[in-house]
Amino acid sequence: MNIVVLVKQVFDTEAKIVIGADGKIDDSNVTLIMNPYDENAMEEALLLKEKFGGEVIAVSVGAAKAQETLRTALAMGADRAVLVSDSAIQPASDDFAAAQALAKAVSELKPDIILTGRVAIDYGSKIAGRVAEILGIPHVNTITKLEVEGDNAVATREIDGGSEVIEVPLPAVFSAQKSLNNPRYPTVAGIMKAKKKELKTLTLADLGLDATVTGKMQIVGYSLPAGRKGGRVIPGEPAQAAAELARLLRAEAKII
Amino acid sequence: MAKGIWVFIEQSKGSIRKVSLELLSQGRKLADEKGEELAAVVLGQGVGALAGEAAKYGADKVFVADDAKLASYSTGAYTSVFAKLIRENEPNFVMIGNTAIGKDLAPRVATRAGVDVAIDCVAVEPDDANYVTLTRPIYAGKAFAKVVSSGARPVMATIRPNTFPVSEPVSRDAEVINAKVDVDPADLRTILKDLISQATGRPELTEANIIVSGGRGMKGPENYVILEELADCLGAAVGASRAAVDSGWREHKFQVGQTGKTVSPTLYIACGISGAIQHLAGMGSSKVIVAINKDPEANIFQVADYGIVGDLFQVVPALTEECKKLKA
Amino acid sequence: MIFELSEDHQMMRKLARDFAEKECLPGLEERDEKEEFSRELFAKMGELGFNGVVFPEDYGGTGADYISYAIIVEELSRVDASMGVTLSAHLSLGSYPIYKFGTHEQKMKYLKPLAEGTALGAFGLTEPMAGSDASGTRTMYVDGGDCWILNGSKIFITNAYYADTYVIFAQSDRSKGHRGISAFIVEKGTPGFSFGQKLKKMGIRSSATYELVFEDCRIPKENLLGKEGEGFKIAMNTLDGGRIGIAAQALGIAQGAYEAAVKYAKERQQFGQSIASLQNTQFTLADMATQIEAARLLVYQSAYLDSAGKPYGKQSAMAKLFASETAMWVTTKAVQIFGGYGYSREYPVERMMRDAKITEIYEGTSEVQRLVIGSQILKEF
Repeated sequence: MNIVVLVKQVFDTEAKIVIGADGKIDDSNVTLIMNPYDENAMEEALLLKEKFGGEVIAVSVGAAKAQETLRTALAMGADRAVLVSDSAIQPASDDFAAAQALAKAVSELKPDIILTGRVAIDYGSKIAGRVAEILGIPHVNTITKLEVEGDNAVATREIDGGSEVIEVPLPAVFSAQKSLNNPRYPTVAGIMKAKKKELKTLTLADLGLDATVTGKMQIVGYSLPAGRKGGRVIPGEPAQAAAELARLLRAEAKII
Repeated sequence: MAKGIWVFIEQSKGSIRKVSLELLSQGRKLADEKGEELAAVVLGQGVGALAGEAAKYGADKVFVADDAKLASYSTGAYTSVFAKLIRENEPNFVMIGNTAIGKDLAPRVATRAGVDVAIDCVAVEPDDANYVTLTRPIYAGKAFAKVVSSGARPVMATIRPNTFPVSEPVSRDAEVINAKVDVDPADLRTILKDLISQATGRPELTEANIIVSGGRGMKGPENYVILEELADCLGAAVGASRAAVDSGWREHKFQVGQTGKTVSPTLYIACGISGAIQHLAGMGSSKVIVAINKDPEANIFQVADYGIVGDLFQVVPALTEECKKLKA
Repeated sequence: MIFELSEDHQMMRKLARDFAEKECLPGLEERDEKEEFSRELFAKMGELGFNGVVFPEDYGGTGADYISYAIIVEELSRVDASMGVTLSAHLSLGSYPIYKFGTHEQKMKYLKPLAEGTALGAFGLTEPMAGSDASGTRTMYVDGGDCWILNGSKIFITNAYYADTYVIFAQSDRSKGHRGISAFIVEKGTPGFSFGQKLKKMGIRSSATYELVFEDCRIPKENLLGKEGEGFKIAMNTLDGGRIGIAAQALGIAQGAYEAAVKYAKERQQFGQSIASLQNTQFTLADMATQIEAARLLVYQSAYLDSAGKPYGKQSAMAKLFASETAMWVTTKAVQIFGGYGYSREYPVERMMRDAKITEIYEGTSEVQRLVIGSQILKEF
């Protein structure tokens, strides 16, 4: 079974966002990590490989630095990796272009299953549905369970107020919710082996694409949320403070 | 020639979901400003009655696709019908609620329509050059990006629930257009085998007006009952911090924060939550924040409108009692 | 000269940091409070390959270098100094002498499970009358024909009671001084080998420290490590490497306290401003950061020399001396920045300060490190 995992390099969740002098997000002092939901996708791919054999290939679109994230995927157990890196793409935010590039790169790998995270925590990217659409295959998002039976897969996906059990023919794209599994750590041995595994870098031209796929939507400015100020601390014994809070929420904030 | 503003109508148990009413209300304002018509798009089975309701909230026109194939949401069938409608009618701007369905549907429809979609927008401003400028949170709300679609139409966006107020319904007529439902067989490859309802009896986190949330300070899963009691009195949803979810006390679907749900309720009550940056990212846009924490230096107090420094195991039950008194 | 960590080393750091924060941090306060050792965490580290990180794959290790090892101990100690010393004592003291001086059979039997993480190792040198001076060893052994017979006791033994394999030093004839010392591999459960008091400690309270008691303890002949009389050499050689582990532990403790202090200084408001905006606080934080960075360079340099097969005794003594004194200074200052809260057990710097002190004492006190460095530099000059 060939399994492709789409992974994205993102800012660490604890990163503080700073807008630089050029008006753009400053990434100079930021720790970069694998998108957390993509870790769940990686784990699921490795579990499938352990069960059915085959190959796990990690694919990413990103800057040259995104190699680090692919190395992490290799250290977790991916067999090889492909990075699409091209100065024409703003890989973090241009989901349309990223999806086109990923779909092209993926189609050449002829996967049975494509896994990725349900969302990228940086630009809120939802790449899975777009890639599935370009490839013309089904997509089940926010999955919390995945079982492969022959040429079909049965996935449980989270919806508002419950879940759905969905059967799809393969190949198909699945995007992972956090509760899908518990991602493994890479191991020291995995890290040592990762550097010997293949990591191929491709440009848009290598994929037969050009810059016309980029920039369908453009970011015209960044801002930071208006800083909230700490309000007032309500003093007193618990019962007294609670009573005062309830009064304020009714009289002043007019909520309850 | 592209024209009009569209709102995708999401329904639940035969009525329009609140987020869709919010979009209709805002869509009406925008349509008036642009001098264009507002259309609602209703997909489902036996959903004709929703057309009238959509009209009350501002729709000039309602596209109704009524078919057994659309009885429950499926990515394929909904994409097929919605994308065809877009192709045939060429709207200028399409708004979809940023719900579980909206997040699934929008990227797929946009891709099929050959355009990009801005996800989880929190502001929509009319813009002469680009039709609209959209503001969307990035890094889960730690920053915002303004985005435009310079050439391609329609401009597509999913809008975060609770972003716009719902206007008062008014009596008005709308033209109802019955859309042809012919679903591409390639879009019918998924089979819904089972639907499991896990209703808590409380509102969805992302749509709730009030959220009571608990973190590491809850000390264990058994203690969430005190939050549930307060939530039930307030008609609130119950959330959790990552620390609580990582400890296995609550399911991940209740997690608020950068790797969970982003919420913007009217009132967020944080109990025993220290206020890690990734948590603040997920709830920082709440209108009023209340923090209850025994640590006076906890970060959460720096964003809270009202804070109580104290033992949540005493404060929360006391607050529940107060709530009951107010309700009585 | 390259002053940047390789991609591998950065990945090891991330791995160890994730492990420390996600696995060691929950329950840390409780383990410290109850003085509880976690064998479960040790086993989890084994699965990740930490426990034999520097040993060859043939013997169950992962074949990484000593910089990787130092980074792992540093990152564990940044969160949980007890876990840091558990690994350091297991690897540098309990496992290394078997790797360095053991026969192939001894390595297959003892080192492999130690490196794979299924067995825990310990090192028994210190005695009531032999602390910094190993030649004062009074645990005696005699040749019992088909076995060695040990009598005596050891104190302050890290990982003891929980450990499966012990490297024990004993004397055959006190008149021979350190030339009479030999090293033995002793398995837990060997008749005549028991545990005395658990040591109640100021810090690193979730690491295990016990007395060992040998009463006519009979050990198989093949468990002699190296040759008879080589014990002192084995001990000294082992302690040279052990210093890297403790230096890395001290570095991690200092880093953890420093980060807590910076975060707190930015949050804590006094006189209408954060205390971080006070120059006095900034000077303290600047000194902390500078000393930690200097310590880190010394630690990594000695780890590099060890990996490269070059002499590293002097550098590891310098690293241990400087890093441990940095840890003590930084944690003390961190408590000061936290003020009253720093003295309270609600905040982690109180524990870090208690944990830091031992790094100036065990595996060669600061005074002994100065002796090592002093004698070495005078030889070189």
